[in-house]
Amino acid sequence: MTQTQHDRAPGDRPVLADSEDGTSSGVLVYTIGLVLAVILTATSFWAANTSLLWGPGIPLGLAVLAIAQMGVHLVFFLHITTGPDNTNNVLALAFGLLVVIVVVAGSLWIMDNLNNMTPPSEQMNMQMQH
Amino acid sequence: MNLLGKLSWSAIPFDQPIVMGASAFMALVVALVLGWITLKGYWRYLWDEWLTSVDHKRIGVMYCLLALVMMLRGFADAIMMRAQQAVAAGGAQGYLPPEHFDQIFTAHGAIMIFFMAMPFVIGLMNFVLPLQLGSRDVAFPTLNSVSFWLTAAGALLINISLVVGEFAKTGWWAYPPLSGLQLSPGVGVDYYLWAVQISGIGTLMTGINFVATILKMRAPGMGYMRMPVFCWTSLATSLLIVAVFPVLTATFGMLLLDRYLGFHFFTIEGHGNPMMYANLFWIWGHPEVYILILPAFGVFSEVVATFSGKPLFGYRSMVAATMAICVLSLLVWLHHFFTMGAGANVNGFFGVMTMIIAVPTGVKVFNWLFTMYGGRVRFTVPVLWTIGFMVTFVIGGMTGVLMAVPPADFQLHNSLFLVAHFHNVIIGGVVFGVMAAYNYWFPKAFGFKLDERWGSASFWCWLVGFYVAFMPLYVLGLMGMTRRMQHYDNPAWQPWLVVAAVGAVVILGGVVCQVVQLVVSIRRRDQYRDATGDPWHGRTLEWSTVSPPPAWNFAVLPQVADLDAWWGRKQAMRANQDQPARAREYRPIEMPKNSATGFVIAFFAVVTGFALIWHIWWMASLGLLGAFVTVLAFAFRAQEEVEIPAEQIARFARAHQAEVAA
Repeated sequence: MTQTQHDRAPGDRPVLADSEDGTSSGVLVYTIGLVLAVILTATSFWAANTSLLWGPGIPLGLAVLAIAQMGVHLVFFLHITTGPDNTNNVLALAFGLLVVIVVVAGSLWIMDNLNNMTPPSEQMNMQMQH
Repeated sequence: MNLLGKLSWSAIPFDQPIVMGASAFMALVVALVLGWITLKGYWRYLWDEWLTSVDHKRIGVMYCLLALVMMLRGFADAIMMRAQQAVAAGGAQGYLPPEHFDQIFTAHGAIMIFFMAMPFVIGLMNFVLPLQLGSRDVAFPTLNSVSFWLTAAGALLINISLVVGEFAKTGWWAYPPLSGLQLSPGVGVDYYLWAVQISGIGTLMTGINFVATILKMRAPGMGYMRMPVFCWTSLATSLLIVAVFPVLTATFGMLLLDRYLGFHFFTIEGHGNPMMYANLFWIWGHPEVYILILPAFGVFSEVVATFSGKPLFGYRSMVAATMAICVLSLLVWLHHFFTMGAGANVNGFFGVMTMIIAVPTGVKVFNWLFTMYGGRVRFTVPVLWTIGFMVTFVIGGMTGVLMAVPPADFQLHNSLFLVAHFHNVIIGGVVFGVMAAYNYWFPKAFGFKLDERWGSASFWCWLVGFYVAFMPLYVLGLMGMTRRMQHYDNPAWQPWLVVAAVGAVVILGGVVCQVVQLVVSIRRRDQYRDATGDPWHGRTLEWSTVSPPPAWNFAVLPQVADLDAWWGRKQAMRANQDQPARAREYRPIEMPKNSATGFVIAFFAVVTGFALIWHIWWMASLGLLGAFVTVLAFAFRAQEEVEIPAEQIARFARAHQAEVAA
């Protein structure tokens, strides 16, 4: 807004904005990111449809590719770095991860527990009611 | 093809005198207000200065106003329920038929949480945060306006349901299968879901806005450990909003897909699981209560420190406790459904977590007590609310820890004991907190104090009324009375319910006192005028500017050297009294331009929501298109900011000598 020293969007590095060659290196970073993202996407489509790989390993491989994809997005598009001006972003990412893990793992744990604890006869009753 | 979807004249309940009476009364009030504005010719002023304003202070005031109006609506529901239960004993059916009673308790819960408590704390944060941080506005001013207007749009939709159609009869959680299409075929659940979805988007954007503001726009020199505690609690609240409101939106989205497009997320016959809804709902629902209470904790911290004339005791432990609550609040949600059938290890884990979260809260209570200890406490109205809070909230907290024990919860679940518990913490915590804040910051917002006598009368009515209304509910819960009963057969319950109804009437007295307080204070505003900008001898930066603050908040951005920045500066000024004041140099300030974007988007949001509720598909598409075009028009606006010339700032500063050198 009005205060230029606070106006920087999170993750923008002042070095890039100020220097002349900042733009071209920015484009380069985005291009590398795009190429990596496309390769990862193409690989996962190929892996899902091929018969060359060991079947049961494919889901695991897809998960690895997906996580790599997230990493590429974070580093090349969202500019998450380990630099000192990036602490906020890293913390936000950590908090987000914590929330996602809590929600997903907690829900799986609870719902699995509920499934095991509900007696089969009651499950049948519940289905018969509808 | 039916152009109006499910909508027809039969949607308006002409045969129900209570509903029609209430609707007519509301219509009359709205017509009177609009007529008065027209008569006085205030439309232009209203539009330029308020409706299109992107000033965080104006938006904050509008939030609080919305909350106060919605509080009247929610309170009317409460009085009706208390009256019904006081008479409907034995064979009597009372005056409310079951389907109407069900709508009332649902509306009471939904309105009080989403359209009273939420707007009030968000309004306070809006008004106070930038002033305390020493900045000129929030990070995204126009987004802030959009957030407010979307919240208002949701509130409007919920109130339309009173006249057109019906409201949900499911309780405010809207658990499936009861809220599914099979058991709730009417529009009531849809009203609830769309109203909350629309306001929820606004709330989420507010959270993002505040996080960005606190992290990026603090005054020069204000490190994290120099932020006032209210800013810390607001940060925790905003982080929680960003973390969990998407969960609520997704959960309601799934329920909407079940209801509109025949999905089976929560229906048993399609191998969905309604228990998943309860799980997801409370993943949002428990952090939500901390979203509400944390800003109130911040308010009490400010009030206690200011009126004790001492720095807050244990600032660092207060910050640590706040952030601990922020994280722990994400780990307790199952205690809302211990009885759903999870095993002992799951219940045990969440029970223990619930007890642990009481520890940082206890730390806070002791910090407030030690701040007052040895201080010269001035018993103003905000302090009364704070002391009332400390007593009441501790009682509510202890009943909460009691219910965190799963075997005890199996006895108390869904009983009036539970109802008494959460009113004990929400009224004793959030309502007392926003009332303290309202009395505390009102002079900052409007330049004159609120009447103390009517204010303390209101406090005592609320406090006494609260205990009379809710202590009997604890007893009734232990006697086995469940919540949400339209009538009951056990005559032993009736005396307690009559007492509770009397308590509600005493609280009504408190509400009336509040209205009178406002009217009296406005009439005597010259007598109560505060020219200094610092009526309470405050400690934080909001008291360093004039009241009401100009659009730019601070002519020169403050330099922060320590915690309690304004207090420190006042001490320094007293020490250097003899030296001549420096001549000040003002620079022009760029301020964001007013924008009707928020208002127009909210208009289209109401159109879309109403159309979706009534299955008027063409209108829904038009509304969405309108909102989209509005966003486009905003994105392509020619001029973003207006420059306020230095002379104007200097003139303003000369006129208000109160503001002191930075």
